[in-house]
Amino acid sequence: MTENSAEPQRAEDGRTAPLVSLRGVNKHFGALHVLQDIDLEIAHGEVVVLIGPSGSGKSTLCRTINRLETIDSGTIEVDGRPLPAEGRELARLRAQVGMVFQSFNLFAHKTVLQNVVLAQVKVGRVPKAEAEKTARELLERVGVGAQADKFPAQLSGGQQQRVAIARALAMNPKVMLFDEPTSALDPEMVNEVLEVMRSLAAKGMTMVVVTHEMGFARSAANRVLFMADGRIVEQNTPEAFFTAPRSDRAKDFLSKILHH
Amino acid sequence: MGIPFEDGNFSLFVRGFLGTLELSALSALFALLLGIVLAAFRVSPVPVLRTFGTAWVTIFRNTPLTLMFFAVTFVLPRLDLHISSFTAAVAALSIYTGSFVCEVLRSGINTVPLGQAEAARSLGMGFGQTLGLVVLPQAARAVIAPMGSVFIALPRNSAVAGAFNVFELFSVQKTLTEKGYAIFALFFWLALAYLVISFSIGAVFSALERRAAVAR
Repeated sequence: MTENSAEPQRAEDGRTAPLVSLRGVNKHFGALHVLQDIDLEIAHGEVVVLIGPSGSGKSTLCRTINRLETIDSGTIEVDGRPLPAEGRELARLRAQVGMVFQSFNLFAHKTVLQNVVLAQVKVGRVPKAEAEKTARELLERVGVGAQADKFPAQLSGGQQQRVAIARALAMNPKVMLFDEPTSALDPEMVNEVLEVMRSLAAKGMTMVVVTHEMGFARSAANRVLFMADGRIVEQNTPEAFFTAPRSDRAKDFLSKILHH
Repeated sequence: MGIPFEDGNFSLFVRGFLGTLELSALSALFALLLGIVLAAFRVSPVPVLRTFGTAWVTIFRNTPLTLMFFAVTFVLPRLDLHISSFTAAVAALSIYTGSFVCEVLRSGINTVPLGQAEAARSLGMGFGQTLGLVVLPQAARAVIAPMGSVFIALPRNSAVAGAFNVFELFSVQKTLTEKGYAIFALFFWLALAYLVISFSIGAVFSALERRAAVAR
């Protein structure tokens, strides 16, 4: 994942079908048209960063991909299959789409280890011993192996978010969604989470990241999508987007966040 | 003053005490199960179930219990449903108490941040797993105290059954009053019996509360 390309990347085995595709997606919150005719294709192994002013619909877009938000019209496909309606099929799909939230959402009544084990056993039907082994490896990988037996409330925000990433990875997802993963963190903890995300990206994980961390967008993204008022206003390689934004909205946005 | 210890009244008292215990314990069990199902209905994504849960609570919560007993005792036989007085009493108490349990649970569920359920769903858990593995265990902590009130009220409410052909503590009072014992002395012993039950239930819930406070 070193080269930056605005084109969807071809996976090594030559698959060109997108892993995630949205076509003509619309959604309203009451009178607010929060997603307007969204078309988006995400290739295997691609890292797409969504940026834009608050209220632009980027979190909502991210959450439609595992149907935490329903849509009013359009189609969403993951790995060539349209998102099923609510029910067992949808649950099965969600298990393949990892999600990391702004507020971590670790299960407060479970230890760190149990957090990572629970869905493996109950959803994935993995034997408990095996699930614990996987969990410990993942916790080690994100650097919180020593905290396995603590409860989430005993951890720092950065540690909690890394556990949340491990919990999502334990399901062996095809794609990971990050909904502002560092927005609730103290500044000194942002980097430890971004580091984990960078290493995931480097390993070829397909990722959709909603973030305000422009440094991460520059260094880890294959493609930056700029959203405003429910539309994808502009998309480009991070290099091209940050140095030469084309739309006025993007220029205005970047001037506000990059020079303060 | 020692009425229970005179004239072989003791066995009568014990029978009444056990009657109240049995009636209360069974009703508590069914009320809890019913309450969990109703609460699940009320937070479920299926509109029909939500409506059913809401309707149940609206109809049965705080409907006078005596009226409930009249309903099960006199209406059910007209529908060709013949059940014993004891079963009828358990039904009336469970239906009534279940609606309270449901509302206590629902307020507990509402204390659990939405993100917990979203995280569970995003990991592939279905509605039942999300509720049973993630939401209810956390809601439990918030509901212990109000749930204690509901289950302490239940044995006291069960006295109504004594007027509907079920032998329990209140029936002991009726029997002994008819025999001419002083009513205030009788009430003292009965109150004591109810207090013992209430106190025991209270102690159980205090213990639960302590345990929940330790486990995070």
